[in-house]
Amino acid sequence: MPSPRYTRDIPARYRLDAARCSACGHVALPRRTICSGCRSQDMEPVRLTRRGTVVTSTVIHVPPDEFTTEAPYAMAIIETPEGARLMAQVVDCQAEEVVPGMELSLEFRRIRREGHGGILCYGHKGVPVRRHEA
Amino acid sequence: MRDVAIVGAGMTRFGELWDASLRDLFVEAALAGLGSAGADRVDSIYVGNMAAGQFVGQEHLGPLMADHLGMHGVPAVRIESACASGGAALRMGFLDIASGQSDLVLVAGVEKMTDGADVTNVLATASDQETEVYHGITFPGLYAMIARLRMERGTTTEEDLHWIAVKNHRHGAMNPKAQFRREISVDDVARSTMVAEPLRMLHCSPVSDGAAAVLLAPLDQARRYTDRPVRIAGSGMATSTIALADRPDPADLDVVRLSAERAYAMAGMSPERVQLAEVHDCFTVAEVCCLEALHLANGSEASQAARTGYSALGGRVPVNTSGGLKSKGHPVGATGVAQVIELFDQLRGEAGERQVPDAHVGLAQNMGGSGASSVVHILERV
Amino acid sequence: MAGIIGYGAYIPRNRIRTDEIAQQWGREPASIRAGLLLEEKSVPGLDEDTITISVAAARDALARADVDPSRVGALYIGSESHPYAVKPSGTVVAEALGVGPEYHTADFEFACKAGTEAMFVALGLVESGRVEYALGIGADTSQGAPGDALEYSASAGGAAFLFGRENPVADVLDAVSYTSDTADFWRREGEYYPRHGGRFTGEPAYFKHVLGAARLILERTGIPPADFRHAVFHMPNGKFPLSVGAQLGFRRDQLETGWVVPTMGNTYSGSSPTGLAAILDEASPDDLILITSFGSGAGSDAFVLRATERLPEVRDRAPTVRAMLDGSRRYLSYGEYAKYREKIRMNS
Ligand SMILES: [Zn+2]
Repeated sequence: MPSPRYTRDIPARYRLDAARCSACGHVALPRRTICSGCRSQDMEPVRLTRRGTVVTSTVIHVPPDEFTTEAPYAMAIIETPEGARLMAQVVDCQAEEVVPGMELSLEFRRIRREGHGGILCYGHKGVPVRRHEA
Repeated sequence: MRDVAIVGAGMTRFGELWDASLRDLFVEAALAGLGSAGADRVDSIYVGNMAAGQFVGQEHLGPLMADHLGMHGVPAVRIESACASGGAALRMGFLDIASGQSDLVLVAGVEKMTDGADVTNVLATASDQETEVYHGITFPGLYAMIARLRMERGTTTEEDLHWIAVKNHRHGAMNPKAQFRREISVDDVARSTMVAEPLRMLHCSPVSDGAAAVLLAPLDQARRYTDRPVRIAGSGMATSTIALADRPDPADLDVVRLSAERAYAMAGMSPERVQLAEVHDCFTVAEVCCLEALHLANGSEASQAARTGYSALGGRVPVNTSGGLKSKGHPVGATGVAQVIELFDQLRGEAGERQVPDAHVGLAQNMGGSGASSVVHILERV
Repeated sequence: MAGIIGYGAYIPRNRIRTDEIAQQWGREPASIRAGLLLEEKSVPGLDEDTITISVAAARDALARADVDPSRVGALYIGSESHPYAVKPSGTVVAEALGVGPEYHTADFEFACKAGTEAMFVALGLVESGRVEYALGIGADTSQGAPGDALEYSASAGGAAFLFGRENPVADVLDAVSYTSDTADFWRREGEYYPRHGGRFTGEPAYFKHVLGAARLILERTGIPPADFRHAVFHMPNGKFPLSVGAQLGFRRDQLETGWVVPTMGNTYSGSSPTGLAAILDEASPDDLILITSFGSGAGSDAFVLRATERLPEVRDRAPTVRAMLDGSRRYLSYGEYAKYREKIRMNS
């Protein structure tokens, strides 16, 4: 990933900086100019809670080349308490455990890296909420 | 608006065509299409193609293909809407004729996928690069999430999905152009390699090379080219959110419903009129979603349609008589045009072993991404 | 007086047992365990590095301190496994925390002492009044060459400490450093694994500097070992910190809480800082605490702290070190470990 493109998306990926529509309450991550729910342009910044629930999930067995070492890995659409939805990997558990309804915390992880000498790309992944951390 | 007809068609075999390049494929299909109509020159060319830039490093396909047909000078442009590129190109050709701008248009879809690119990565660019691909999602992964949600709700079972692959392979075995001309069993599907849970290898359409071309003309000029033209009665297109996560219900392909309703409205037809359909079964679960969204079957009827025979040859609405993307192959940019060629053959009574008796009306639905774009065409024998 | 106003730690959830490594190299597991006092060690996930560990630990430090990240004026990370050779870890961590852009940052390297080095500088800037709050972080995903003795100990984890002048959870009574040029352990630029001088890393390196720094701070503060409730010394293995504690006159029960090495391993720059975090998880108000690090090359930093009334109030805002050590874990085979630590040659 070219570094200008990466740098631009740091607020959403590092801090889950999103936008909430003042008119209809829809939350967009990353931020958008126009609400996809009602087309209002009155979008206010909101930082998402690093928690969420699995809406749906899968386990990737045939990955893109850069993710070969990680496969098989779980991925999920995760809904945060603010109602924002994001796509993320779910790690630190057996991939088969990740099913709709599962509670997750969102942790800062390395998502990918550009070959041997390119930049390192970070973001958030889901981790099952365990009893001692709850 | 003028009535538009398909007056000629041609396509390559679909499969791993090691000896054919992107331009070879295009020229073979286009020549066959032109030949079938006895045409020599056209007024404009639309090339449906998803990702030649990534697959073979080639952009600017309009002039490239016009040049290789010996037609440099003719307006030519490449149309892209991911896996719906072929359907989208057909729609542009349709509008070109309907508007009166052109009197003979070549629409050809083409994709060369086996020249060594990381296909998983290239196809993934049809989803949201920043919020989906970045995190390692694949195309099978997105449809797997749709499948899991349907299974979670109890509307579709894994076995329902197995049967769709079995049914489409049975159809494809009868199609000389298909990539996989062999039948498979439910057990074969259930035992195939896991790709993205719950989808296995035999739930997924293959990586294919191929091209498909049709010639369009105003209906009132169609008899110059053929005695059996097929009318495009309706054309509908719609878009949805690019990212699956942004849909209110990720298991609902609202884009298919919207594009179908527009096509039905233009055609002035209800779904009951449709006698056969080619739908975008890039993954088995997509065929279930599409049957529902096209109003060709409802809820559990759609899920079980392949098993009960409802969507098989001889059933109420035979679906993917060509073998579908699953068995016929899925050279992504060519698919939307190839679907329409199957209908063209069926409505002209030229589908051989696969012929649906007395077919008058057929529907083709071509999807882009995880349901971010969809094009529906309704064809009618005249 | 400046002090620690928030702290946090992070230990990855993967583990490998000493026995698994010993068997791989045809060594006798029981004798290795007894010789090093190591049962298992943490292993970073494929997606974990010094940066991600630092973010996790620092988020907990900020949560315990309940401080707006934008008021943090300095952030230092000590590690010998910064993911970039050139480009700071600190900028990534600061962005993730919401620190900046008006802040000072630097990546430190001083073998296993880099973490306390970051703490030492952060403390100094707060004491001087140059910044209001400063983060000092020690974190590592340590590498030990396959088959080397270091492979039994080199692990992953770290701890973060937020320094400030108000509402401390522990006051810092004094801080000292004791350093000399000693080539006991090193890694040349471009080399993947560190090398070391074998037994030369013991007496003339670890013991000389840890004893030097600890004796210096005990003398300066005038506090006898018996008055401390807790002490932690850098933990390259299980034995060294117990031995150096005994030489200084500490009882075993004073060393117990911070002695996290038997199941964590040596997290290098994160070692004694994570031990300190484990102590803060347990300490009572007014408890005196000694921490002494060691970094090859070589030197030691020592701090004397006194826990405050606020400590028990903020403790539960984040997971404890013990909960992470004893909580859900995943045990790796040597093959998985070799894959996770990128010891397998791949096409890339
Ligand atoms: Zn809105």
